Amino acid sequence: MGIENLFLGFQIAITPYNLFVAVIGIALGTIIGVLPGLGGANGVAILLPLTFTMPPTSAIILLTSLYWGALFGGAITSILFNIPGEPWSVATTFDGYPLARQGQGGQALTAAFTSSFVGALFSIVLITFFAPLLAEIALKFGPPEFFAIQLLTFSSFVGLGGGNPLKSLVSILLGFILSAVGLDIVTGQLRMTFGFVDLMKGFDFIVAVIGLFGIGEILISVEEGLSFRGVRTGMNLRVVLDTWRILPRYARTFVRGAFIGFWMGFKPGGATPASFMSYAFAKRFSRNPERFGRGELEGVVAPETAAHAAGVAAMLPMITLGIPGSPTAAVMLGGLIIWGLQPGPLLFKEKPEFVWGLIASMYTGNIIGVLMVLAFVPLFAAILRIPFAILTPVIVVVCAIGSYAVHNNMIDIWYMVIFGVVGYVFKKLDYPLAPLVLALVLGDLAENALRQSLIMSQGSLAIFIARPISGVITAVAILFFALPVLTPWWRRLRGVPAVRRATREI
Amino acid sequence: MGLHSALALVLVLVAAAPAGAAWEPTKPIEFVVPAGTGGGADQMARLISGIAEKHKLSPRPLIVVNKSGGAGAEGFLDVKGKKGDAHTLIITLSNLFTTPLHTGIPFNWRDLTPISRMALDQFILWVNAETPYKTAKEYIAAVKAKPTSFKMGGTGSAQEDQILTIQLEQALGLKFIYVPFKGGGEVCVNLVGNHVDSTVNNPIECASHWKAGRVRPLAVFDTARIPVAEWKDIPTVKEALGVDVHYQMLRGLFGPPGMPKDAVDWYVDLLKKVYDTPDFQKYLTEGALKPAFVSGADYVKWVEENEQLHMELMAKGGLLKK
Amino acid sequence: MRAAGLVTASFLMVLGGVVVFDAVRLGIGWSTDGPKSGFFPFWLAVLLIAACAVIGVQAVSRADARPFVGRAQLGPVLKVLWPAVALVVITQWIGLYVSAALYTAVYMRWIGRHSWLAVLAVAVLFPLATFFIFEKWFLVPMPKGPLEAWLGQ
Repeated sequence: MGIENLFLGFQIAITPYNLFVAVIGIALGTIIGVLPGLGGANGVAILLPLTFTMPPTSAIILLTSLYWGALFGGAITSILFNIPGEPWSVATTFDGYPLARQGQGGQALTAAFTSSFVGALFSIVLITFFAPLLAEIALKFGPPEFFAIQLLTFSSFVGLGGGNPLKSLVSILLGFILSAVGLDIVTGQLRMTFGFVDLMKGFDFIVAVIGLFGIGEILISVEEGLSFRGVRTGMNLRVVLDTWRILPRYARTFVRGAFIGFWMGFKPGGATPASFMSYAFAKRFSRNPERFGRGELEGVVAPETAAHAAGVAAMLPMITLGIPGSPTAAVMLGGLIIWGLQPGPLLFKEKPEFVWGLIASMYTGNIIGVLMVLAFVPLFAAILRIPFAILTPVIVVVCAIGSYAVHNNMIDIWYMVIFGVVGYVFKKLDYPLAPLVLALVLGDLAENALRQSLIMSQGSLAIFIARPISGVITAVAILFFALPVLTPWWRRLRGVPAVRRATREI
Repeated sequence: MGLHSALALVLVLVAAAPAGAAWEPTKPIEFVVPAGTGGGADQMARLISGIAEKHKLSPRPLIVVNKSGGAGAEGFLDVKGKKGDAHTLIITLSNLFTTPLHTGIPFNWRDLTPISRMALDQFILWVNAETPYKTAKEYIAAVKAKPTSFKMGGTGSAQEDQILTIQLEQALGLKFIYVPFKGGGEVCVNLVGNHVDSTVNNPIECASHWKAGRVRPLAVFDTARIPVAEWKDIPTVKEALGVDVHYQMLRGLFGPPGMPKDAVDWYVDLLKKVYDTPDFQKYLTEGALKPAFVSGADYVKWVEENEQLHMELMAKGGLLKK
Repeated sequence: MRAAGLVTASFLMVLGGVVVFDAVRLGIGWSTDGPKSGFFPFWLAVLLIAACAVIGVQAVSRADARPFVGRAQLGPVLKVLWPAVALVVITQWIGLYVSAALYTAVYMRWIGRHSWLAVLAVAVLFPLATFFIFEKWFLVPMPKGPLEAWLGQ
């Protein structure tokens, strides 16, 4: 296992045809990542029929490259317009957008892309050398472990928000309630749909985010008379080199983000919670947490490193076990079957050229990808120079398209407008939006995992503590929940004056 | 791209001009999947779309669109609302029956225009390979000895997996703890990870884990064995347990209500051509799906019988909407 | 600010009430299989109502005389909001691409006072580009109207 196989893989991945396929995939993927509502899963599904005439290895390279492109591209609109192109880029908006408003869009974009690449590389190296071992660990995760992870994600955010704690609570509750609308898979009952067909599919996370963050932000900024103006970045690649000089300062954030991303991603848990958790930890361990949320470069590095590490790690269960680590991987898995490959544990033995070609292409794909997107940083940053009266309708139309594309349903465009108004009102009344979004994305998953666990244990909560992995994670989560209470007490004990660390809401 | 498409557009318009010719699609066909991306129905829809593209069987592309909300209710109601539309198709699974029966949404398969049945998906009783149960008999004896302690994993609630579990329970006088998951792949992985004791997964969902020696098939829920080399050693439930519990899942296509007759004929012809391609046949063999192409009156008869069957099974299991 | 805070809190309380109503229908108890379908929504909604009640009281007691939106600010906000709503309304009848063209044109001319040439260029090229990207490359169908039907799309 390892080097010689990887060498075999590279011989396949760096043929001119496969490199060409990777470039095409990344270009398309970046576009898909930029467009909110069109996720990697859509992109891969759409291109799937086109791959039937290709050799399987080239086909998977095309699809995975598209996925890398989408991972890179998701950050672009988050930073420029506060509109997350992908769910895992939500946390990137917290500091990326303020940076862009301060005229440092190029810097934020460079940091985002570089972090993505570092996260990806970390995961790929682990996959290369430890894939089968990690697959076994992934199998140990059942519903109780998943619930423990969701709990940990929430707990990492506790005590980080400022402002009125009641308003943060309202935000979280609203997010949970919205996530519960639709079909309850545990009982098969429809909840809070009141007979309306349009409510049956529930509230999609991405539609809510486009509205709350994107449309809401446009309303806020016209009110402040900012109109996207005053943002000027140099039109050359100097900004990339300048940012690279700063980035080594965040070495610890890189490592932490990559680790969180990888271990959240290699089982179906996902890039989105990983990006949130990494952001929360970066703020928690930062020497100046008050700068987070106002344009701190580290606040871009943390979520992007984790998101891309998780995105790559999601490929691991697909390759080793034949199970999808993400919706995108689920579609690719369908592709494997259609190409005549049997996904699963035997793929390594039966089709080494396919598996190692794919792993080698992860290296080449991400290297090509980061070079491509970095080369375009000045161009992306220049988008903000387009006059407001042109940019606004274009953004609104693209948001509408994105919302519609999620379910091919008109009602989602209405939801987008309504969420836009809600986002505007909430922001003015100081209700934080991040807890709402976090609850909306995790609520459904957390509730399902909790109830599945309780069915397994016939209603006993002891299942979370009795199982070793979930027991440890639950304990850490409880510790984090208690931290805001314990910290001042600990400080007083040691004679250090309690410092109010909480700052602006995140 | 632009010029190319414009040219193609002109060509298609010219080609479509002669009056009186048989019906042909004049715009892209929306192919609705009432389930999420990556599942069995989604895979087959994308395979059909891909084969049609590869062999140039349709002048216009089939565009797959997922509408999975409310266990597929979203997709069914959407197609129901497109009366007379000749450019929409929907692929169905058992939720064609189970979703309206369990949730009470205003939908029945008679609201749609039946086109053809492509295949039937099999169900198999699986256990983890580390368990000592070599036959269905041994496993069932163990379940009987300790009622309500063995966990059966399945997809969703009040859907095919739970119906099958209840059938098994009632036929043999057992009680499982039924644990619902979101998709079939997830169910099998939970079996491999020992989080559930058994599953009734479709063959394709567990095939790779079986070959890797992680799970063990005990019995097929059909009246005959699967006639494909590697699967034919698995006994039927009747052979293994002496009771006849069988169930298969529909993989079929429908159109919107009142789809013109010419259009239906064209789609039946298209789907037959797709069905006969080596690509499609290979997919059926590898997934151990039962080849079962029918259309017209035979298809309608089959659907009617199965609707009746689902009503009986769900009534017996207490899964009908109260 | 006070009125807006109160209205928002009351609205959320009504929403909580609606959720409680449906949760009770679904069952808010704890069966042998763990919580029933309505268990979590019920307690979430009860907490929501309670939190909003306190926020409402806070809003009343804190005399915050600032207006929620000043007259001078409301103008620009509505200038963005109404055209966006109009866009969604007409999309249902004439499809997304034609609506996008009209919306872009109106907005550029009315708000931005761009020259007719620029308006025409953007309003034609932008929807056309999106049409090719979505309908042709990515095969993602968008709402279409009579114009697209006439063109055989």
